[in-house]
Amino acid sequence: MPKITINGKEIEFEKGMTVLQACELANVEIPRFCYHEKLSIAGNCRMCLVEMEKSAKPIASCAMPAAEGMNIKTNTPFVEKARKGVMEFLLANHPLDCPVCDQGGECDLQDQSMYYGVDKSRFVENKRQVKEKYMGPLIKTQMTRCIHCTRCVRFATEVAGVPEIGAIGRGENMEITTYLEKAMESELSANVIDLCPVGALTSKPYAFEARPWELKKTESVDVMDAVGSNIRIDTYNWEVKRILPRLNNDINEEWISDKTRYSCDGLLKQRLDVPYIKKNNKLQKSNWDEAVSILVEKIKTLNPDEIGGHIGDMVNLENALSFKKFFSVLKSNNLEFREKNFFIDPSEKSNYIFNSSIKGIEQSDLILLIGTNPRHEATMLNARIRKVFAQKKVPIYSIGNPGDLTYDYTIIGNKTDDIKKILSNESNFSKILSSSKKPVIIIGESALELKSGKYLIEGFKNFLKNNNFINKDWNAFNFLPQNASTVGLIDLNIISKEENKRNLFFEKLKNNQFKLLYLLGSDNLDIKKNNEFIVYQGSHGDRGAEIADLILPSAAFTEQNGLYENLEGRVQECKKASYPIGEALEDWKILNLILKGLGKNENLFNFEFLRKEVLNLIPNFTKLNELPNFKESRLINTSPHFESEDVNIKELDYFFTNAISRASKTMSECRQIKYSSKKTGTDNL
Amino acid sequence: MSLKKVHDEQPKEFKFSNENLKKAEEILKKYPEKNKKSAVMPFLYLAQRQNNNWIPLAAMKYIANFLSMPYISVYEVATFYTMYNLAPVGKHFIQVCTTTPCLIRGADKIVKLCKEKISSKENELSKSGNCSWMEVECLGACVSAPMIQINDDYYEDLDEKSANDILDSLIKDKPLKPGSYRGRTNTSPEKKQNINGENHA
Repeated sequence: MPKITINGKEIEFEKGMTVLQACELANVEIPRFCYHEKLSIAGNCRMCLVEMEKSAKPIASCAMPAAEGMNIKTNTPFVEKARKGVMEFLLANHPLDCPVCDQGGECDLQDQSMYYGVDKSRFVENKRQVKEKYMGPLIKTQMTRCIHCTRCVRFATEVAGVPEIGAIGRGENMEITTYLEKAMESELSANVIDLCPVGALTSKPYAFEARPWELKKTESVDVMDAVGSNIRIDTYNWEVKRILPRLNNDINEEWISDKTRYSCDGLLKQRLDVPYIKKNNKLQKSNWDEAVSILVEKIKTLNPDEIGGHIGDMVNLENALSFKKFFSVLKSNNLEFREKNFFIDPSEKSNYIFNSSIKGIEQSDLILLIGTNPRHEATMLNARIRKVFAQKKVPIYSIGNPGDLTYDYTIIGNKTDDIKKILSNESNFSKILSSSKKPVIIIGESALELKSGKYLIEGFKNFLKNNNFINKDWNAFNFLPQNASTVGLIDLNIISKEENKRNLFFEKLKNNQFKLLYLLGSDNLDIKKNNEFIVYQGSHGDRGAEIADLILPSAAFTEQNGLYENLEGRVQECKKASYPIGEALEDWKILNLILKGLGKNENLFNFEFLRKEVLNLIPNFTKLNELPNFKESRLINTSPHFESEDVNIKELDYFFTNAISRASKTMSECRQIKYSSKKTGTDNL
Repeated sequence: MSLKKVHDEQPKEFKFSNENLKKAEEILKKYPEKNKKSAVMPFLYLAQRQNNNWIPLAAMKYIANFLSMPYISVYEVATFYTMYNLAPVGKHFIQVCTTTPCLIRGADKIVKLCKEKISSKENELSKSGNCSWMEVECLGACVSAPMIQINDDYYEDLDEKSANDILDSLIKDKPLKPGSYRGRTNTSPEKKQNINGENHA
């Protein structure tokens, strides 16, 4: 490996590194504004100047490729003077409004001016003033503070794939704006707030809410979709003030979706704080004793077969397991978690997870989407697909039309017949597929809802296996679930039985055969209420609570510890950042109350035991935060049923997919803008 | 120079005329297919020519679609370069050079005349509606300073009187001839003999 000398210390670096990266290897910190690891190099802020031997001028280390034998110095008076000069220019037009700036306390410019700032200004002319720009409901702008690092421009173009931000004008009149000041049409737009090194782009919903040093920070995971993005929850007392991304290169890199970031204001609204009981067709406030005794009476009068339970999209594994055990105490096995009846083969873990892994997408050389719109179903995963598309021009194909995905793709067909042709080697695409080295096949829930769902899973699995795309190093078969709880709940086997190709739970639900329906945080289930007694146990007064006869308030995901399994089968811990509101309790504690009421004191739950049991029950489990391990996967030969159907990708109401986001004011604003811009259209301007 | 603003009233549609479409195809041939967006500058110029010397937003969108590049990129280019006009200009578009050599030779007097005769502000149409003016940086004709550019033509070696005559003629819509107003041919010396009494070469 080539060698470079930094401050007199010789270190080895990898070919292709810049001087700045080499300095980081040597543990020398270089101040920077425009340089960002995940973005292309711009080299326009000049803050990273260093001294290079045999160069009369200082060099911008972020843009200079490191070369063998370079002698770099970063701590000389020459360097300090150069950086001070740069800082003076940056501050020349920067307003001194730190006391009223939301970036204060976490501002790169503020921090670095502590080292390189000069205490007085030689700039006697008027500072420039730039008008605020409208960038949508999430981003608050104060463009006078902008130092033109163009990180936001590069992010929008490269990562988000919506080239809508740009720098207009030139010289002193340069301004950063979206095209004609429209809201950014991206699910990743709010990441520019984190990227902005100054207070030019700040968070609108969080404006003037708190200072960073007042907040308690909890490292947790997101449950808005199945990706399991790593997040940091910032709380002020009970209130969740904001959610920020946490670096995890295996999952979300440095970004999170807008839904993850801004649904948190939904945690403050529509909350269930005390038990409610429906009396005279009206929900009335009650207390735990009354609510539990009503439920216990009800359960005692019913045949176990008449009791059904459904687990929602954001329930953690401990609570789900306690619910399952609770149902086994009741001797009922009508337990389900699916919102739509899509096909799952739980016999083997690799049948229902994203085997290639999110990071593995970067190695792929072909991607096939089947009945899925990853942009809405798993935003961060879509960002990864866009990354390989942008960097390596990996060809992407789709069956079914998912709409704009921020990258180009080819639609092979819209019918299941097209899939059959691929699997039977009749289509041209079969050759393309089998000649690729590391393909990624992503099957969405919309596809598995089809009658040929089983055919799809088994057909593709066998096809890939026969072409040696499922082996020790690579597994091309992927299922893309939509909800945070899905994979974990399949692992816990919370699936109702099928008989003669009919799912018992859904059939009973449809025929109103349940006398008691127990919804555990479940709001997206399609229920035609008849005479059943519905119990809703959850955190928000949403769709489930609306039809309920009895409401038991429980904690939201930020208010309790719990495990979630993301779409790759990675088990991650969601940590308690706040505490449940009012009289609300964790789900397993509520079930304990009911068990006590039923007189089953020997079955009471305990969180530590629940967690241990969950970890034991998860197949192929290795370690927390790690991928599951696999040996061999089996071929299946059941010659399943095939039917010629259209592959329709069900459009998700992206900003309104769960109870928390539906309660969020910010999300409904985003939704409004999305739909109004679609109606009026921007094409006339 | 301040940031150029797009005009409030924008035409709904823009398309290259058949003639310009042919020119555009010719321009595209100069660039490899993958770098066809390099043609954005000549295209904007064509659009400006076609649309009375200014570029509407519709034209930027048209060009962006033509070259399959984002709208904002075309918008960036159009706002960056000073010679793209983003709002309507007069039929006689007067650009007064005010960079140092011209200024020393009295360009400020021409600016004053423009303010009196055409409009008090830059980039504003005159009362007659056919003229507008703006200050520009060096137009590269310092040897015959002060000078102004009217549409495509240079009017050079001006003084207050000649500038006055030219502006009057424009307002009357009968423009005088371009070139030197001290009788020089192009940039040749004014007198036949140099200081030593010898003839110029």
